[in-house]
Amino acid sequence: MTAATLRWTVLDAWTMTVRELERRMRRPGALVAALAFPVMLVLMMGYLFGGQMDAPGGDYREFIMPGMFALTMAFGLENTFTAIAADASRGITDRFRALPLSASAPVAGRCAADLVDAALALAVMIVCGLAVGWRWHEGAGRALAGFGLLLLLRAALVWAGVWLGLLAKGPESVMVIQVLVWPVGFLSSAMVDPATMPDWLGAIAEWNPLSATVTACRDLFGQPGWEAHSWPGEHALLLALAWPLVITAVTLPLAVRRYRRLS
Amino acid sequence: MNVVIEGLRKRFGETAALDGLDLEVRAGTVHGLLGPNGAGKSTTVRILATLARPDGGRAEVAGHDVVREAALVRTRIGLVGQHTAVDEVLTGRRNLVMFGRLAHLSRRAARRRADELLDSFGLAEAADRPAGTYSGGMRRRLDLAAGMLLAPEVLFLDEPTTGLDPRARAEVWRTVRDLAGSGTTVLLTTQYLEEADRLADAVSVIDHGRVIASGTPDDLKAELGGDRLDVVIADPGDLAAASAAVERAAGARPDADEDALRVSVPVTDRVAALSETLRALEDARVAVADIGVRRPTLDEVFLRLTDRSEKPEEALR
Repeated sequence: MTAATLRWTVLDAWTMTVRELERRMRRPGALVAALAFPVMLVLMMGYLFGGQMDAPGGDYREFIMPGMFALTMAFGLENTFTAIAADASRGITDRFRALPLSASAPVAGRCAADLVDAALALAVMIVCGLAVGWRWHEGAGRALAGFGLLLLLRAALVWAGVWLGLLAKGPESVMVIQVLVWPVGFLSSAMVDPATMPDWLGAIAEWNPLSATVTACRDLFGQPGWEAHSWPGEHALLLALAWPLVITAVTLPLAVRRYRRLS
Repeated sequence: MNVVIEGLRKRFGETAALDGLDLEVRAGTVHGLLGPNGAGKSTTVRILATLARPDGGRAEVAGHDVVREAALVRTRIGLVGQHTAVDEVLTGRRNLVMFGRLAHLSRRAARRRADELLDSFGLAEAADRPAGTYSGGMRRRLDLAAGMLLAPEVLFLDEPTTGLDPRARAEVWRTVRDLAGSGTTVLLTTQYLEEADRLADAVSVIDHGRVIASGTPDDLKAELGGDRLDVVIADPGDLAAASAAVERAAGARPDADEDALRVSVPVTDRVAALSETLRALEDARVAVADIGVRRPTLDEVFLRLTDRSEKPEEALR
């Protein structure tokens, strides 16, 4: 790659990012609605279910926040998917592909914009969490590391979302993605102790990438967690780093390849 | 030649979308690609615009191979696909600036080009409104403008007026004629024969992934046997009798249109055919509502040609 192509790749990705951000500015209603969802999730889980649930170490609302953060990151996959599938079905992706821009630029732009979204959603949730009594207890450094892990998971899911979005027939297929994402979201240690599940289900939940991020965050924020009784439970931090890298290593090449081979 | 296609092949599963397509488009002309749904028109355009890879054969656009030199081809073409591919949330101006930047124009050049195009496509007043608020015709013009950002040597238009009302269609036609007048080579696919007739210097009729006829619109009409004689009858019950009478007089099998009560046949000698047919109809006691001799429409050429390509033994060449 020459310096000129590298420069254009960066500029193209930037142009795509600006497009995405501009779209959000022009539709503040949609942005507010998107941010209201995690807030609703926190309030619903904290107050609606919180009274019924027993949390290890006492306060369910404190306990549940890392799970809510990670769930929101996972559900972000749907946004990536819908945006990519909409562009593809309306011919905008074809227009990009007939232009002399590099194949990675639209994907990189998408990733940047989705991470801005995710950071915004995370910020709103943090404020919301602080309001309902959640705190980080291990210092700002470890708290920031936790937020970093959450965004890392979201970034990995961008590539998965791009790939799936390019495979889809249209944005309506997001239903299929919801059917996939929701069970993956709940089949984790985010809200329920895997030890209470049937053995095989518990094992899946323990190995779920979401569980790794949630468990690592609980540790970094100093929240009580489920008792670890398995290798993935004891090595959550390692897995919280490794899983997103594995997901990226698999889905990023698939996404770029699919983009090049669309026809 | 600005577009050269030789023996192009593309399969989708079991079906051959393109089955050895040959085509040449002269620089600075409008070339119409005419064919029914599924004939291979869009596949041809997608391969030429580097969006799909052919399975066999080769294609050159503006002197560059579409597979080996795809990146070079992309700097010389404009594509306007079947859907209006603009961001409906962004304004018309922001759309053009964005696509201009992605076409690797400098920031200033992209802005200047967007202004020029908004002016020349009659969108200057609507430039700062979201594209989603535009009418169908305006959106299509914005789409055309986006395809023209690089002042391309070759512009591909894939069914540019599908779904537009007659006024918007006329707007697009005028725009395409202007573009061709300024030296751009245009390859246009269409299902509307009128569109090809109005816009194209040359037409290739394709069916089942091959070119089954090509020439100017006039050539194609002449190929069908020159003039046609139409008889419109007054009584639906007379259709068979009228067909027989017309066949006797003209010496060729006519097409009978039951809905329009019309019998139509190709003729060579206009005056003799008219008088003989009238006499034959009178002998058969058929009441005639209207009779006339006219040039064939491209629709007739098209139906005749695609009908013939269904039956290989009667193939044109």
